Amino acid sequence: MHLNEWAFVGVLLAISAILPVVPMVLGWLLGPRKPNPLKSDTYECGIETVGDAWVQFRVQYYVFALVFVVFDVEVALLFPWAVAFGNMGLFAFVAAAVFILLLAVELVYIWRKGALEWM
Amino acid sequence: MELTAEIVVFAVFSIITLTGGVGVALTRNLFRSALMLLVSLFGVAGLFVLLAAPFLAAVQVLIYMGAIAILIIFAVMLTRGMVTARRVMNDQWSVAAVVALFLFAVLAVIFVQVGQGESAVLPLNPTGDPPADGTAALGQALLDPAQYVLPFEVAALLLAGVLSGAIYIARDDEPDEPSQTRG
Amino acid sequence: MLKEALIQAGMQPGWAAFIDIFLGVLVAASFGMVWVLFGIWVERKMAARVQDRIGPNRVGPWGLIQNIADALKLLTKEVIVPRNADRPVYFAAPILAVVGVILIAAVIPFSPVVIGTDLSIGILYVIAVGAFGVIAVLMAGWGSNNKYALLGAFRVVAHLVSYEVPMVLALLVPVMLAGTMSMQGLVREQHIWYIFAVPVTAFLFFISSQAEVGRAPFDLLEAESELVAGYNIEYSGMVWAMFYLGEFMHAFFVSILFAVLFLGGWSGPGAEQIPFLGIVYLMLKSMLVYFVQIWLRLTVPRVRIDQLLAFNWKFLVPLALANVLLMAFLFKIIPTPDFAGAQAIATNEFAGVAGGIYRLFGPNQIAELPRTGLLLLGNIALVGVTAALLGQAGRRARRQVEALVDETDYTPRAEGAEHTAEAPAAAAR
Repeated sequence: MHLNEWAFVGVLLAISAILPVVPMVLGWLLGPRKPNPLKSDTYECGIETVGDAWVQFRVQYYVFALVFVVFDVEVALLFPWAVAFGNMGLFAFVAAAVFILLLAVELVYIWRKGALEWM
Repeated sequence: MELTAEIVVFAVFSIITLTGGVGVALTRNLFRSALMLLVSLFGVAGLFVLLAAPFLAAVQVLIYMGAIAILIIFAVMLTRGMVTARRVMNDQWSVAAVVALFLFAVLAVIFVQVGQGESAVLPLNPTGDPPADGTAALGQALLDPAQYVLPFEVAALLLAGVLSGAIYIARDDEPDEPSQTRG
Repeated sequence: MLKEALIQAGMQPGWAAFIDIFLGVLVAASFGMVWVLFGIWVERKMAARVQDRIGPNRVGPWGLIQNIADALKLLTKEVIVPRNADRPVYFAAPILAVVGVILIAAVIPFSPVVIGTDLSIGILYVIAVGAFGVIAVLMAGWGSNNKYALLGAFRVVAHLVSYEVPMVLALLVPVMLAGTMSMQGLVREQHIWYIFAVPVTAFLFFISSQAEVGRAPFDLLEAESELVAGYNIEYSGMVWAMFYLGEFMHAFFVSILFAVLFLGGWSGPGAEQIPFLGIVYLMLKSMLVYFVQIWLRLTVPRVRIDQLLAFNWKFLVPLALANVLLMAFLFKIIPTPDFAGAQAIATNEFAGVAGGIYRLFGPNQIAELPRTGLLLLGNIALVGVTAALLGQAGRRARRQVEALVDETDYTPRAEGAEHTAEAPAAAAR
């Protein structure tokens, strides 16, 4: 049954979640535990912290993530095509080519419009 | 109903999904809420595996957890001051409760009908096993002119629309910047 | 094999299967951790030699025990949790980072019969598991309650997420050539290693996987000279060690992936008959790739974040898209190799010299040769076009810079009145 394949993954997931916990707990137990206010301060290159842990979140981060989502979905749709491509005719190629070219053109468009600049 | 491994796994992933879902709604901290969303999405991926759709499970993890949830977290970060909400700010919870109960009633009726085999759209025992290589079959279907090739191409157009949205967002910061100075 | 033995010993089949899986999982999970002890030593020694020094040589013969000493040291370090850190998130992040890497080991085909599980979606599973690592970074940055950690985490996520695109685009090509996503399938279908058929794809995968793992020239993830340690700032002791461990394991697993996808995995003379040889071949090929990784890392300087992202979106992604299109086109117009015919010639006793050659090199390999050659030609053409376009872009940039230089007035100005007379003239230009 198909589920049998995934049994390994399930058990591996459980084991690999426990595996790093062991050294971490060991480190917690074996290491010294002398908290003092200076050590627990947030690190800011050795000077006193100023303000909350909130940063000016520039919109570029969001834009790159958004472009990534688009290409991720594109590739997810292309994977079944890649698997089945060997047995399919020229029409499949043309359809996929249209798909890829649409997105390539769009990439060039957003490039030209400057959405891919970091600053 | 005997206690097969399938039932146990189904129960585990259902609990994960539901816990995540409830956690999204009940957590005060917005970031924790987003993390509970991730938990819920992971549960759904597990349910996909149980439904013999490993491709969808992988796509769920790859896109929903690895891209969309991240986008949501970024959006959470963009709204400053929202990350540590100290009180419930929504006054419409009574209306929301009524709508939610109504929706629940509708879904419950549908599921009971399906469970008793009375639904024509979702029969209880669909014929045949899932194809051995589901992904190849999916690929064939996606590009078959008689099946799903048109939605396939329309999806590309939709994605192109999203990219245009990205331009708009990126442009938002500097409306005075003339476009000639850019690449 | 173990399962059958246990069943014969009287254990129920369900439990026998479970024990079988459990032991396999233990091997898979510890494989990475055990290797890391050796791999880090290799890396440090090589780095040392490249930098004209000796590297660790005090602890144990040739410093081999150095890593164990380091691990013991880390165990005894205090774990300093910053004030107001989000503890569940803070501690879950390194666990998730390690989980995201170890899960890859489930599908690595060590030999024709040794594989955790041959999922039908093998390679897609590997990519999906990478999402866990990205989430772990965000959690680490957030949970540390430190603005530098958060800033570092954002940059890292933007970086990781960007380089995933050319990587998955590149992965489309081996999947297309093999017609399957399963890892064993990818190895078996490589009668001739894919690196010879689609070198551009191999290059794309190699570069983007280096960026995914955070190796130089893309090691902004740590950016030791900027943002201190990025999202790792507030982690110490064994908790930090988990991130470090995860990174190294990921680097090694990525080299194994390259070997599986482009260097034929466990294939080699005699691999089918003696499974152990398969493991040996795979390890040899992976270590070769790992060696190239370290070599690259030690040779080139780090790039800036904007150069990093520009390189990805303006070069790698368009190249990857063009590559997929071109390979798909060539794959369609080149006729499929005639495996049956090649087999017939090999087994035909009267074929003489031709039969001998076919038997020597393997009939499937020879049948595959024309397609590989044509794909290779396509790749060379792609490289040529890319180089021409790059040259054009480079010349255009150079002309822009030269125009800027020509505009600037470099005549030396004398003091006093001449100075004020020159300045408006220069400004007017």
